[in-house]
Amino acid sequence: MSNLNKEISMYKDILSDFTLSTIFIGGGTPSSIDTVYIEKTLENVYRTFDIRKLNEVTIEINPGTLNRQKIKSYKDSGINRISLGLQSLNDNILKTIGRIHSSKDFFDSFHMLREEGFHNINVDLMFGLPGQDLPTLENTLIKVIDLDVDHISLYGLIIENGTLIKNWYDRGLLDLPNEDLERLMYHKSLGLLKENNYEHYEVSNFSKAGKECKHNLTYWKVEPYLGVGLNSHSNLFNKRFWNHSKLASYNKLIESHILPVEGEEIIDKNMEIAEYCIMGLRLKSGINKNEYLFRFNEKIDNRYRKIIDKHVHNNLIKENYNSITLTNKGLDLSNLVEVDFMP
Amino acid sequence: MQIKQENIRNFSIIAHIDHGKSTLADRLIENTGMLTTREMQEQVLDSMDLERERGITIKLKSIRLIYKAADGEDYILNLIDTPGHVDFNYEVSRSLAACEGAILVVDATQGVEAQTLANVYLALDQDLEIVPVINKIDLPSARPNEVKKEVEDIIGIDCQDAPLISAKEGLNIDQVLESIVKNVPRPTGDKNAPLKALIFDSYYDSYKGVTCFIRVKEGTIKPGMNIKMMATGKTFEVIEVGINTSRHISTKQLEAGEVGYVTASIKNVTETRVGDTITDVDNPAKEPLPGYKKVLPMVYCGIYPAEGEDFNTVRDALEKLQVNDASLVFEPETSVALGFGFRCGFLGLLHMEIIQERLEREFDLNIITTAPSVIYKIKKNDGEILEIQNPSNLPPTTEVEYMEEPIVNASIMTPTDYVGAIMELCQNKRGAFLNMEYLEETRVVLHYELPLNEVIYDFFDALKSKTRGYASLDYELKGYKRSELLKLDILINGELVDAFSLIVHEEKAYERGRTIAERLVDVIPRHQFAVPIQASVGGKIIARETIRALRKDVLAKCYGGDISRKKKLLEKQKEGKKRMRSIGAVDVPQEAFLSVLKYDEKK
Repeated sequence: MSNLNKEISMYKDILSDFTLSTIFIGGGTPSSIDTVYIEKTLENVYRTFDIRKLNEVTIEINPGTLNRQKIKSYKDSGINRISLGLQSLNDNILKTIGRIHSSKDFFDSFHMLREEGFHNINVDLMFGLPGQDLPTLENTLIKVIDLDVDHISLYGLIIENGTLIKNWYDRGLLDLPNEDLERLMYHKSLGLLKENNYEHYEVSNFSKAGKECKHNLTYWKVEPYLGVGLNSHSNLFNKRFWNHSKLASYNKLIESHILPVEGEEIIDKNMEIAEYCIMGLRLKSGINKNEYLFRFNEKIDNRYRKIIDKHVHNNLIKENYNSITLTNKGLDLSNLVEVDFMP
Repeated sequence: MQIKQENIRNFSIIAHIDHGKSTLADRLIENTGMLTTREMQEQVLDSMDLERERGITIKLKSIRLIYKAADGEDYILNLIDTPGHVDFNYEVSRSLAACEGAILVVDATQGVEAQTLANVYLALDQDLEIVPVINKIDLPSARPNEVKKEVEDIIGIDCQDAPLISAKEGLNIDQVLESIVKNVPRPTGDKNAPLKALIFDSYYDSYKGVTCFIRVKEGTIKPGMNIKMMATGKTFEVIEVGINTSRHISTKQLEAGEVGYVTASIKNVTETRVGDTITDVDNPAKEPLPGYKKVLPMVYCGIYPAEGEDFNTVRDALEKLQVNDASLVFEPETSVALGFGFRCGFLGLLHMEIIQERLEREFDLNIITTAPSVIYKIKKNDGEILEIQNPSNLPPTTEVEYMEEPIVNASIMTPTDYVGAIMELCQNKRGAFLNMEYLEETRVVLHYELPLNEVIYDFFDALKSKTRGYASLDYELKGYKRSELLKLDILINGELVDAFSLIVHEEKAYERGRTIAERLVDVIPRHQFAVPIQASVGGKIIARETIRALRKDVLAKCYGGDISRKKKLLEKQKEGKKRMRSIGAVDVPQEAFLSVLKYDEKK
């Protein structure tokens, strides 16, 4: 049995009181490995946990790695949601950002998935990419919308330290859209997606009615989840903890029958409340005041009245009868609001 | 142990920075067996964290060592430590005045440096015998013989028998001890004469009150005696006298020639001024010891609690520092921008930075410091004369007949290579050239008259940068001079921020205003809206910059593992906010208030 499966089994007793409602296979390119590993892992999960309420099983797929045999295997393993990492339909851009797939790979993959009966497909897109202008982005969006995909994630490019892109950026090799254009791209996209009946239910996520990603909602509602594998994160028993990111340490611990956890952060009530608000603001539905009251047994005004007023005044958030949500401007500057919710 | 006056040696160690003064002190202490190596923290004399970190000595102290010399006699060696910065020159002169000799440490690889000379002159001013020591001979690049010759040529003292040592390796330390015994003169003074004891340092602790470090010059001091501070006129009853070894050891008395401490239920160090003479109330000395000076602050700045910090906590901390530091003065003041705070006076810029750092480190306070200022004298049309240290208190120009600013006599010691650059700098700082002295072929002292307000602006940094650290600066207040001065105001988002106001010479106003506006654009974070920064003189805008509005501050992806990362980011932002003050709707970071003074390499 693989070490990943050993890790999963180690949680059997620990999580005997929990029921599993969603599974997400992602991080790296799970579609590039032999389907037998996916099958075995899922079988193990089904054996280990209470899956009577399981209703969403997602796998992340790189369009360049898919074939019909894989799709059939996924289907047989109980996977019912697909997340396709497209980023852009412009092949020059795809090359610049180092993707192995082409726009054609994407269309082929998508049609195969539909033919094999997948009715819940997400497409990951990006804006603010090197060489991307507004028409290029809109072109990609329109074509994806025309496919009637069920869900779209649209991320602004973040240049992270230590990446190849950052290196190019520092050397002035990237033709990036300026800040104003980058924001224009985002807001134009919001409009376009809305016109086409995609609900903007989280900062970067859009879905057809009823097709929200239930798994990701767990994160944003600060509900418990377990992550397994290298460098995965979990939120359970008032703790956030994470696994080793080095394979050698991970393997060694598993082989000694020890959970491969590298570190943890205790989430006390103050932090839980802060997380609830910070993550809640990412959602279109916002922070639900009644739910807050019910969950924390106090009114949101106790801690945050001043902050709410301040940011309503700044036009970064809107206060409704039972919710607090980001404004359009707040969507651009959400960190300014969220920082004030930190304990 | 019976103390024979002829077996006492009182001395200091002087050196250029980094030439090994503290290390040598450690070795002397170790070699005389006062402390075992294990007991000894590195560099025991520099006891404050800050001192150790910066490698400079701020508070002076003394320690008594017992040494059995080659002649078979036991000697008492009192090592008196001195602070190492121009801000504390007066204190240095007082601790040197407590000695008969000084060990001059010279680095065998570097030779005579600017501060070596400055310190030698200070010691010679006090008629001390200079005992040269060549250090760091263990280094491969050591050139002891050349350096010896350099000392003889430049300073003019005999180096024939100067010990060649390595303080780091503990090499030839005995030779240093022998040289002290042989070359530092024994103290003189009659133990039966009326008491004259020089205070060279004091500190406060809540248990004993003030402890004064003294050198008895004449007479004897003992517990129960009524003593008088000759300058402040305050009288006290002596509780305890004693000597400093690794700790305080009380003794029956201290006699002429000895160095030690005295406590007398003194509540505040301001009553025991450094340089003052202690005498016996019942049998007073006719004259105090020479050289007492009340040290006056030269530089002022506002200290305010940062966001969320309490005014009273800041006051308590300043009070606690003041009982230990008679040269720190402060009084409450109010700023429109910053609220309630304090106007504080310091000996100089380093003293100011030290106090700021101590408030932050020892008291864990978040404070905002405004730009430093000096005392200006203002003659009003109605004849009234004002002295102001806070630019905000400047009366309207229509009421002012003229203004005067403090001028210092500055001595800049430098290798000749940098003379041109320094002259240009001084010119630029409104300096008036007095003369140039050759110390040797390649080294000179430039004498300038400089306005103090230029010196505290960015002069030090500019000097360091232009001479690659080779030049040193010493200055003393010369007097006041009429000058065309203006108040330069800074407006942030249309609001005048009094904490940024500066008094500047009219010729400098435009340039300074523009520089400050440019700096603020760099230090103030971008906000949701565009923030204009303006510099104005007498209501007229002379410079304008804009901080562009922040367009985007959002994390696009936030799933399982991203949450911890995001929180870290938010925590960092929040921490940053603590060090800000909101001025209107604009968050201004602490550094902004001082950054306006930082030297700009490009100019």
